[in-house]
Amino acid sequence: MPSLLTLAPSLLTLARVGKTYDDGTPALAGIDAEIARSSFVSLVGPSGCGKSTLLRIAAGLTRASEGEVRWQNGARPANLGFVFQDATLMPWARVFDNVWLPLKLQGIARKAAEPRIMAALSRVGLAERADAFPRELSGGMRMRVSIARALVTDPPILLMDEPFAALDEFTREKLDDDLLTLWRDHGLTILFVTHSVYESVYLSQRVLVMGTKPGRIIEEVAIEAAYPRTAFRESASFHAACRAVSSALRKGVPA
Amino acid sequence: MISARAPFLRTQLLRIAVPLAVGVGVLIAWEGLVRFYQVPTFLLPAPTAIWQAFAANADNLMLSLWVTLRITLAAFALAVAGGVGLAVLFSQNRLTEMALFPYAVVLQVTPVVAIAPLILIWVGLDHAERALLILAWIVAFFPMLSNTTLGLRSADHNLRDLYKLYGASRWQTLTELQLPSALPYILAGMKISGGLALIGAVVAEFVAGSGTSTGLAWRIIESANRLQIAKMFAALFLLSGLGIAIFFALTLLEHLTLRRWHESAVKREI
Ligand SMILES: Nc1ncnc2c1ncn2[C@@H]1O[C@H](COP(=O)(O)OP(=O)(O)OP(=O)(O)O)[C@@H](O)[C@H]1O
Ligand SMILES: [Mg+2]
Repeated sequence: MPSLLTLAPSLLTLARVGKTYDDGTPALAGIDAEIARSSFVSLVGPSGCGKSTLLRIAAGLTRASEGEVRWQNGARPANLGFVFQDATLMPWARVFDNVWLPLKLQGIARKAAEPRIMAALSRVGLAERADAFPRELSGGMRMRVSIARALVTDPPILLMDEPFAALDEFTREKLDDDLLTLWRDHGLTILFVTHSVYESVYLSQRVLVMGTKPGRIIEEVAIEAAYPRTAFRESASFHAACRAVSSALRKGVPA
Repeated sequence: MISARAPFLRTQLLRIAVPLAVGVGVLIAWEGLVRFYQVPTFLLPAPTAIWQAFAANADNLMLSLWVTLRITLAAFALAVAGGVGLAVLFSQNRLTEMALFPYAVVLQVTPVVAIAPLILIWVGLDHAERALLILAWIVAFFPMLSNTTLGLRSADHNLRDLYKLYGASRWQTLTELQLPSALPYILAGMKISGGLALIGAVVAEFVAGSGTSTGLAWRIIESANRLQIAKMFAALFLLSGLGIAIFFALTLLEHLTLRRWHESAVKREI
């Protein structure tokens, strides 16, 4: 059923994208996907189905063997945000300097970048910890720093590869809610990879379900519930959506 | 933070006090046994005799200490600069690495004793100190090269991707990602290399021999030939003392550099 969302201009288009690694591993085949501006799209699939590969291709970190990646304005936005499964912070640099990194690499001096760095840290609630070293923070806080670093460039799109998978359930739910707030307040576009069916249904407007061998998108589940979704999480329709995603997942794994 | 310092200082103090107490105990036992069994000085001098020999030859021994120290430090500095520099070059250009690394290995596996005479002849017998420097450098160089090479490669792959994503230049990736990642490896290499520079300097002097140089190794040979065993022990102790001082200085440097962020140096609270 066509919703308003699918009419929004597509920021990122993947057309017949395929990937075979140099060692012959067929990772992806025939991936078609459109990510609309300001949408929240999740990618779920069994381990090894090529979710990370797809995200890296979208980010331009890995070259696709077939098909193409199209961006709305022609080229990949230079300030795209990428969040890895681990916080991936530089242990020798303070939180402030870690968040500074993307701006620093663009040639923006520390002083000039300070307002933006502090703004990004405030967005994730860590302005007070700017002087801390990563190892002085908890896993959840490190993840927030990682998100602040991705946000500091005011990215049009955020690519997130199982960002909260390593965290406990409680922290993860908290960060999920924070992420939704950020997304809604700033008109972000988010492509979110996760293992968790619940997380994908709770967060996103569209869930792309992937299957293995080779990695491909086998089904798309639209989640129409309005935000915030705290009540939705307890509802029958939430569980119905989860069941739909789960059964799609089972179909994607060859017996 | 303040409260965390007190137990830290206490463990550090223990770390020094306990081995020191052991050392003093051994010296006392040594003295007692030598006196009790009346061991001849040319076999095993008592600590007091060694001290007397040192006091009697202090000028001469300290001068030799200075010679050995100078060669060691110069060789060490050149090894650090050369090892890190070459490793950086290798990391920037695979072809140079492929071309030169095997020769660095050859340099490492060739016993320094075997090439010492050749080096001596090449630089000229009247420049013995220069030959010692080169030989000590050869011994100390490889750990710096191999450790730094490993360190430069060990930068987190996701961080590398991040640098790539934000369009970092090679220079930025090198100075802001690879070198900091390599720092713990470089410091570990320095700890090995510092000790090896001293060993290299001493071994080279043994081989060069014949009084062209006047470092501690020469004092040891000389005293042995004249059966001044107490003086030999004094020179030996100075040599160990120098080695220990180098090791402590480098350990301190490592601690000060890494204590805020690296797993190996951070004190864990229990
Ligand atoms: N650099 C690589 N070289 C060769 N094969 C690779 C490489 N990276 C991934 N693969 C292979 O490609 C396939 C997809 O890997 P990918 O990491 O994209 O899966 P994933 O869906 O992200 O898995 P997970 O959920 O466990 O993170 C796997 O079979 C993997 O072994
Ligand atoms: Mg993955």
